[in-house]
Amino acid sequence: MKAKRLPFCLTPLLCAGAIGVAPAFAQVDFTGEWAPFYHEDGVERGPGAELGDYTELPINDAARMRADSFDADRISVEEEYQCRPHSPDYGFRSLGNVRIWREIDPETQQVVAFHTHTLAWDSERTIYLDGRPHPPDYAAHTWQGFSTGVWNGDALVVTTTHLKENYLRRNALPRSDRAIVTEHWIRHGDILTIVTITEDPVFLEEPLVRSTNWYLDPGQHIGIFGCEYAPEVPKPEGTVPNFLPGQNPFLHEFANYYGLPFEATRGGKETLYPEYQEKLKDYKPPAKCERYCRCLGIYECNVNSK
Amino acid sequence: MQRQLQVVIALAVFAVCGFAQPTGEIGVLKVQGNVYMLVGAGGNIAAQVGADGILVADTGTEAMAPQVAAALKKLSSKPIAWVIDTNIDSDHTGGNAALPKLVGGGAPGARPRIVAYENVLNRMSAPPTGNLPQAPDALWPNDEYAMASKDFSFNGEAIIVHHVPAAHTDGDSMVHFRRSDVLVVGDVFTPGRYPVIDVARGGSIQGEIDAVNEILRITVPLKYQEAGTYVIPGHGRLCDEADVVEFRDMVTIVRDRVRNLKSKGMTLDQVKAARPTRDYDTEYDAKEGDAFVEAVYKTLDGNK
Repeated sequence: MKAKRLPFCLTPLLCAGAIGVAPAFAQVDFTGEWAPFYHEDGVERGPGAELGDYTELPINDAARMRADSFDADRISVEEEYQCRPHSPDYGFRSLGNVRIWREIDPETQQVVAFHTHTLAWDSERTIYLDGRPHPPDYAAHTWQGFSTGVWNGDALVVTTTHLKENYLRRNALPRSDRAIVTEHWIRHGDILTIVTITEDPVFLEEPLVRSTNWYLDPGQHIGIFGCEYAPEVPKPEGTVPNFLPGQNPFLHEFANYYGLPFEATRGGKETLYPEYQEKLKDYKPPAKCERYCRCLGIYECNVNSK
Repeated sequence: MQRQLQVVIALAVFAVCGFAQPTGEIGVLKVQGNVYMLVGAGGNIAAQVGADGILVADTGTEAMAPQVAAALKKLSSKPIAWVIDTNIDSDHTGGNAALPKLVGGGAPGARPRIVAYENVLNRMSAPPTGNLPQAPDALWPNDEYAMASKDFSFNGEAIIVHHVPAAHTDGDSMVHFRRSDVLVVGDVFTPGRYPVIDVARGGSIQGEIDAVNEILRITVPLKYQEAGTYVIPGHGRLCDEADVVEFRDMVTIVRDRVRNLKSKGMTLDQVKAARPTRDYDTEYDAKEGDAFVEAVYKTLDGNK
């Protein structure tokens, strides 16, 4: 959406008015019901990331070992994990149907905040545009974090701090509560693009950059997500399912199925760049596609597709 | 003269125990209900204020008492009526004497009731042994308890003090402000830092794990694992149940790893060399990883 500008001031009165509302002309309205395309990382967002798939992520050794020791029973045994939401740096990439609306100060007619409601975990978020500071370091962290935004031309640049520990990928690759997430919200007509840059001194070797796209869908109705935790797998209280170092039997499944060198599935910044393809010369894709073969959209992913 | 010298030495040694000493301003955060969190005085301090006066859970260091008193006076004009010590460390008890005096407002010569588990009093009042000092008697609890818990009402709110055995030390308490729904847990939970298991003062890994599981038993999230019961840790930011879960998982997993290595006959040095905390060191302070592993190794399965 292109910003409109007054060509010139016709009268002093109009000039005064133009000056008074000038910032609004640089502000794009993101209001609406937005449906995700799901064409980015479709498998990961539909069926879910496969265990041991750390590809495309600049993770460090700590993140890798954390995920290696993860036993998927943990989600069932620890009730506290069952209703654990996704933060915006990952939640927009899950069930990312989102409603966006803006809050306008009646005194100034300036946009002072955007609000979002996402299908996944009924997550609600506020992005303040009124110049308020972020809370002190010792304030509580939340799943959605604390977000402020500033305009860069027609793009909204959002900075989020005070996030809870969450996922880089929901096969247990963690993102820490010290991460700072910067988003660039860009609207092109009925298409919304958000570029997300995650900087995490705890688990990343370099910033993780993702872009996600939505289309305007005025007929969209976001239902209730809902979640109630309950004991699914009875175990003694305090049990934390985990694999001891070197004992996770599932880590090679992903590499073996897709014929990838195991090292190539382990992530790290080196694996993000084209030069790394030189190390994959022996790669041969599976002879026959047997899972996630038509994963062009979330409802098309399937297993054992013909 | 000898008595004075003993007190001076005791004060000096006592002051270097616990975490690093603070400098600077006191941060004040309203948690919820009538409970506030004060940050920057050594250990975190919780203050409950109301018509009956002020209750503080922990008092920070003695050096920071003037700044803490100034912060409390902005919250209430009433005196401190209750002090609860979550453990014996000087960064939690150092202001026991100075802080109530500086806040003032009470009857002349009156002292607040200072609640702590009995082992805090026992250790503070014991003759000096080795590096463990006798604390000055002005800091001693005067309302110690010896059962699993102690409760009373203040400012119209039920206050429940829970003892958690053999965790950070053998004198740890957690304080639950039941109506405000805030839990103050002392050094059994320190987000972003490995727990200090003070073996010489009766701490143990299983007690530590039991203590964080006890926190999870008490806390109830409001919705989707967020808010509800807030948890004020001994050090670090304000937390809720989800944050404690991350910490509980870490201490439990490290315990499992160290137990596995020890069961193979590995010595402490060999276990340290295997770096069983290496995936947590970037989050929980690598400098403290070895000390944590050592405490786990030495206290596994009831060993002391």
